[in-house]
Amino acid sequence: MNPLDDLYRRVIMDHYKNPRNRGTLDVESVTVNLNNPTCGDRISLQMQIEDGIVKSARFTGEGCSISMSSASMMTDAVKGKTTAEAMQLAEKFSSLMKGEGASFDEYEDIEALSGVNKFPARIKCATLAWNALRKGVEQGQGKHEENVDQ
Amino acid sequence: MDSLALKSEFPILNQEINGHPLVYLDNAATSQKPRSVIEAVKRYYEWDNANVHRGVHTLGSRATDAYEGAREKVARFLNASSSREIIFTRGTTTALNLVASGYARQTLQEGDEIVITPMEHHANLIPWQQAAKATGATLKYIPLQPNGTITLEDVEATVTERTKIVSIAFASNVLGTINPIGRIAEIAHRNGAIIVVDGAQSSPHMKVDVRALDIDFYAFSGHKMCGPTGIGALYGKSRLLERMEPIEFGGEMIDFVDLYESTWKEIPWKFEGGTPIIAGAVGLAAAIDFLEQIGLDEIDRHEKKLTQYALERLSAIDGVTIYGPREDRVGLVTFNLGDVHPHDVATVLDTEGIAVRAGHHCCQPLMRWLNVSATARASFYLYNTEQDVDRLADALVKTKEFFGYEPVR
Repeated sequence: MNPLDDLYRRVIMDHYKNPRNRGTLDVESVTVNLNNPTCGDRISLQMQIEDGIVKSARFTGEGCSISMSSASMMTDAVKGKTTAEAMQLAEKFSSLMKGEGASFDEYEDIEALSGVNKFPARIKCATLAWNALRKGVEQGQGKHEENVDQ
Repeated sequence: MDSLALKSEFPILNQEINGHPLVYLDNAATSQKPRSVIEAVKRYYEWDNANVHRGVHTLGSRATDAYEGAREKVARFLNASSSREIIFTRGTTTALNLVASGYARQTLQEGDEIVITPMEHHANLIPWQQAAKATGATLKYIPLQPNGTITLEDVEATVTERTKIVSIAFASNVLGTINPIGRIAEIAHRNGAIIVVDGAQSSPHMKVDVRALDIDFYAFSGHKMCGPTGIGALYGKSRLLERMEPIEFGGEMIDFVDLYESTWKEIPWKFEGGTPIIAGAVGLAAAIDFLEQIGLDEIDRHEKKLTQYALERLSAIDGVTIYGPREDRVGLVTFNLGDVHPHDVATVLDTEGIAVRAGHHCCQPLMRWLNVSATARASFYLYNTEQDVDRLADALVKTKEFFGYEPVR
């Protein structure tokens, strides 16, 4: 398979065209606004965290197919996970970006993003949503809002 | 002008990227360097290198001659009245910051106005925001027309007797718009204001005569015009430079230093604290020689023709949106391809060996005006050919097919 097909697998395009969990939460939630100042990608992630469990996650934002599909997959994957499990997923995603390979078991869509590691300029796009996840979990119990430049 | 022959003067262009001959279309970000510039920098380091303005020894004189010779060359390049009016800087950004800090902040008062446009690069926007905040001056914008130009009527309406500084790009790095600098200077001067011109996108492509246009300050970068990175210049009328305060203090820029007081050298040296960018200046002088040998008018003609060709080829592709005016523009085309994100466009083009820029181009307010988060941009230079434009157009058609809304595989 050529590297381009590898980068833009059907599953990525599907998440880009039909993003899961796009929108905002109308319950009390943690909000993280992150942007990538070099290219203008931005994400606003909201997570409802109760008793250490991510009950739901939604996002809004603008960006390329890689950043938006990654956000779509991430918000799906963390739903119902404990915050510790969510952080483990973020760690695994970092390994995937380093080309170390990682298995996401029941959420194998994410593995489609493994092709990104061959495009160094695009890794930042893929990790934007996951960095927002880390920030959100770190804010954890606190229900405040944070604006950060990546 | 034989672009194909010129291409061979640029060693970097002779390579394959991802299995395809490189087509470099990111010249508005930085241009490539001809052999003569690379050789001049190499020769300087191999034969003449020493610190300037202080060595009694032979190399010290040679380095000083090379550095001050470069200043003379820049002065002639811009048709300044004297090389005293040329300050070497790291580039356009540093030059504009020097004017904003050394001149604007020292002279502006509450109620004064600074006038700019929404098409400015961040480098000609944020220094003025900061200067306005520091002095209580007001920052005002000349509005843009739907095609990305400004009208002289709007300049007249925006510039008032309270305006002290009008700062504007000669050419927009996104829209390609060439602004009527001579007429704007006239309006600024009639109202008692000075005009500062961001020349980052004009000096590489056209002859600029600061005296004919009556420009007060003019900033440009060497690296966009075949020179090395890290060197640029600020032109300023000598009577304004005399009034401008240095913002960097240290060696090289002093006249006499005592324990509690010091005095400065004459212009331009009082603005060049520390060991200057000597090799960069030598490279810039070689770049000016290279461009003048071909002829700026010739380069301008070539790029205008190529840009018209690119506009034709790209607008023939269904789904391509082109931003900026259709005429009177510099050699760049900013566009989007349907709803394919420009990063994705740039990645696909890169796999075809074509380098374009994608993003906000350091113009976030302009992106908001265009109502897009980002765009792709192909920018041309003297070594680009119609074949390069064909390769771009063909690759864009492929990109469209690739991102076609049918399943990818």
